[in-house]
Amino acid sequence: MFIGATAALLVAMALTLIRAFAGPTLFDRVLAVNSFGTKTVLLIGALGFLTDRPEFLDIALLYALVNFIGTIAVLKFFRYRNLGLSSAESADREEID
Amino acid sequence: MEMILDIASGAFLAAGSFLVLVGTIGMLRLPDFFTRLHAAGITDTLGAELLLIGMMLQAGFSLVTVKLILISLFIFFTSPTATHAVANAARTMGLKPALVSDEDIEATSVRRGSAK
Repeated sequence: MFIGATAALLVAMALTLIRAFAGPTLFDRVLAVNSFGTKTVLLIGALGFLTDRPEFLDIALLYALVNFIGTIAVLKFFRYRNLGLSSAESADREEID
Repeated sequence: MEMILDIASGAFLAAGSFLVLVGTIGMLRLPDFFTRLHAAGITDTLGAELLLIGMMLQAGFSLVTVKLILISLFIFFTSPTATHAVANAARTMGLKPALVSDEDIEATSVRRGSAK
């Protein structure tokens, strides 16, 4: 059962990678990488059940958290050209230049 | 009882895997970025939830199920947010959805009453 789910997830991840490489715009890539991250969470969960190691689910939960933050960070960087400033400060800076 | 749980969890896992695959194929085949958003949404929300529910049934009442509930709640809230953030960033950076131009609509639409 879990073998089927794991296989389906691996195939889905390969297809998502194709979209990540082929994606014309930057946002296709960000979308593909975000989707890839969610699938990794599911894969870790499925493997945790396959090998009867429930600790994997902590890793899956952590990965879900980090994946979300990573996506938002990439978007913020490409939107405001920097990560340091808060969005308010970078909005002000944007008006200057 | 054990048998029913196994069957149910197998069904959930199969449905979840199917939805993940459908969403991924959608992400590949759909023509435009904004249409691919929908496909990515399918995998991240329902596909992930069904797989996690399938695992919950397998785990029964234990700490593992609590962790699975936490994961599914987190994915349930953040994946639409992330998809929205990507769409918002794309839209503010000027990426226009590839709308069907008016001429195409004219050409393809069948006028009621006009014997074109």
